[in-house]
Amino acid sequence: MDFWQLLISGLANGCVYGLIALGFVLIYKATEAVNFAQGDFMMLGAFVSIWLTNSEYLGLSFWLAIPIAILIMGILGYLLDLFVIRKMFGQPQIAVVILTISLGFILRFAAGAIWGHEPKLLETPFAGKELHIGSIVLGFEEVAIIIVTLLLTLFLFLFFRKAKLGLAMQAASQNQLAAYYVGIPVKRIQSLIWGLAGVVAAVAGILFASKGAIDPSTGLLGIKAFAAAVIGGFGSLPGALIGGLIIGVVEPFASFYLPAGYSQIAPYAIMLLVLIFRPAGLFAQMQKKKV
Amino acid sequence: MRFVFKKSYDDDIKLFKHKPQAFYYLILLILLIALPWLIDDFFLGEATNVLIFSIAGMGLMLLVGHTGQISLGHAAFMALGCYLNVIMMQKGVPFIISLPLAGIITGFVGAIIALPVLRLHGIYLAIATLAISVLSEDIIVIAERWTGGVVGLVAEPINIFGLDIDRYGTPVAFYFLVLIITLLILVAYRNILRAPLGRAFTALRDSEISAQALGVNISKTKATSFALSCAVVGIAGALMGHFAGAFNHESFNLILSIQLLLMIVIGGLGSIHGAFFGAMVVGLLPQFIAITRDSISGIFNLGSVPIPGIETASFAFILILIIMFEPMGIYGRWLKIRTYFELFPFYRKNMFKRQKSYLKTERMK
Repeated sequence: MDFWQLLISGLANGCVYGLIALGFVLIYKATEAVNFAQGDFMMLGAFVSIWLTNSEYLGLSFWLAIPIAILIMGILGYLLDLFVIRKMFGQPQIAVVILTISLGFILRFAAGAIWGHEPKLLETPFAGKELHIGSIVLGFEEVAIIIVTLLLTLFLFLFFRKAKLGLAMQAASQNQLAAYYVGIPVKRIQSLIWGLAGVVAAVAGILFASKGAIDPSTGLLGIKAFAAAVIGGFGSLPGALIGGLIIGVVEPFASFYLPAGYSQIAPYAIMLLVLIFRPAGLFAQMQKKKV
Repeated sequence: MRFVFKKSYDDDIKLFKHKPQAFYYLILLILLIALPWLIDDFFLGEATNVLIFSIAGMGLMLLVGHTGQISLGHAAFMALGCYLNVIMMQKGVPFIISLPLAGIITGFVGAIIALPVLRLHGIYLAIATLAISVLSEDIIVIAERWTGGVVGLVAEPINIFGLDIDRYGTPVAFYFLVLIITLLILVAYRNILRAPLGRAFTALRDSEISAQALGVNISKTKATSFALSCAVVGIAGALMGHFAGAFNHESFNLILSIQLLLMIVIGGLGSIHGAFFGAMVVGLLPQFIAITRDSISGIFNLGSVPIPGIETASFAFILILIIMFEPMGIYGRWLKIRTYFELFPFYRKNMFKRQKSYLKTERMK
């Protein structure tokens, strides 16, 4: 059953892309800025959890290390906004784009300097376990990735729809001045969103590192996640996940059926097609800008 | 403080604002011409590198700084210009024809790509061009028949009317070749900005909707800007190919695209000066870091262990500082210092303060 194997591993990969894309979308939804360093955030989250868990470093128990890693990344995201991104308040979008691009370079360098450039794997209690469904053999991690991702997306989707904080975040993005008038602490909301993006990045990193080895340049995966977010329509949470899944599933099939060299092109080709024929993405949220 | 008394409307678009300004630029030009006799061959090579980066910077500045369209994919067009030039030279086309032709073809390809892509704006445009940059690396490998794939190509020595020009053999001649091309492009750029087209560019940058209301054809102007920008960058790519000697699919990677964008931001968006200042920083920073590292490790006796990625990291760090504290770049800082002395003692701190705007989304859900 090659087909099912490819499909499931593609879905698991796609979930990681989707989670990174989710980080983009969160920040874009609430601050209209794009975090080009989200992929590197994920890499950092993975390395922090490896640092806490693996026996060569601190060697904490897995279930203790994971919440700590998530917490660290959340605080890091919050502080990043507090001290760096907030200075960009009221400046054109391109400033944040360039800021986060350079931030990505620095994170990649820092991770390389601290943890080295060899690929590392997260030690998990369920490493190597398998699930048998009929004649299909599935890696336990892959199933875990898919389930965690679905739950997280559902939670965030509901959070933005129902929770007071989520609604405040949307309001802060849709009209900053009006949000100030109705008493929303816009700046703190933005910091919280960056913290939340850090948490999502940490989860993505943990899932990614439990499935395959990770090294500092893994953060460049973020570019594929961009493709995912664009396909889904920047600004839509379920769209980001579905975009990620499309990219994730297309990749293994492309490398299976297409000649070598063409398969890496597939995700970007899909993205360009979407951009040309449906510029607002599959789940469109844009409309003509008013003066 | 200098007051310029304008006597006609044409005074607003003169090449030089006043005579002393023209005089300063003349001194700069004389310095540039005398440069080969002032510094040795190694630093002349670095100066040539800076000039090539300035050409690329001018190309991107036209698009990003003056038309307001972000591109993260200009290394792809540098690659296109570089490969076209070398392939044409291999087929026997003389350099003096192949270089402009490479630029023109790159411009046309840019226009064709621009038409669908430029319907997007802001972030979407940045991501689409990012994808182009990523794709170009793979496409170069796939088109191995022409590009040499992973092995790459070697740029032949240039021959103009019997005069051999080679980066290592005759560095002075190569420097003058690059200097002349830089000056030609500089004058053309300056003239475009004075012409209606350049005004349409800046109008588009400042408000797309207002520009449209004033009768600017948005998609045509954007495509023109993209094409011109690609053409200039293509020429820079061709020169860079000759400067490097040999190149392959990795010479023009995504990092270079990003570096180009960061370069013009460091220099100062929206000014031609910015392209040159940025090129100086980008071109000379690696040498500067190497020299600093050597002297630091000399003091502390660390030995010369190279740390991978330290260059890009320190580059990025400088950039973050600039974006945070001097969003107008080096040229903006220079303007402030100059104004301070011109108006002394009446300079106020918030004279250059930009109006902050509150954010409104374009999404409705």
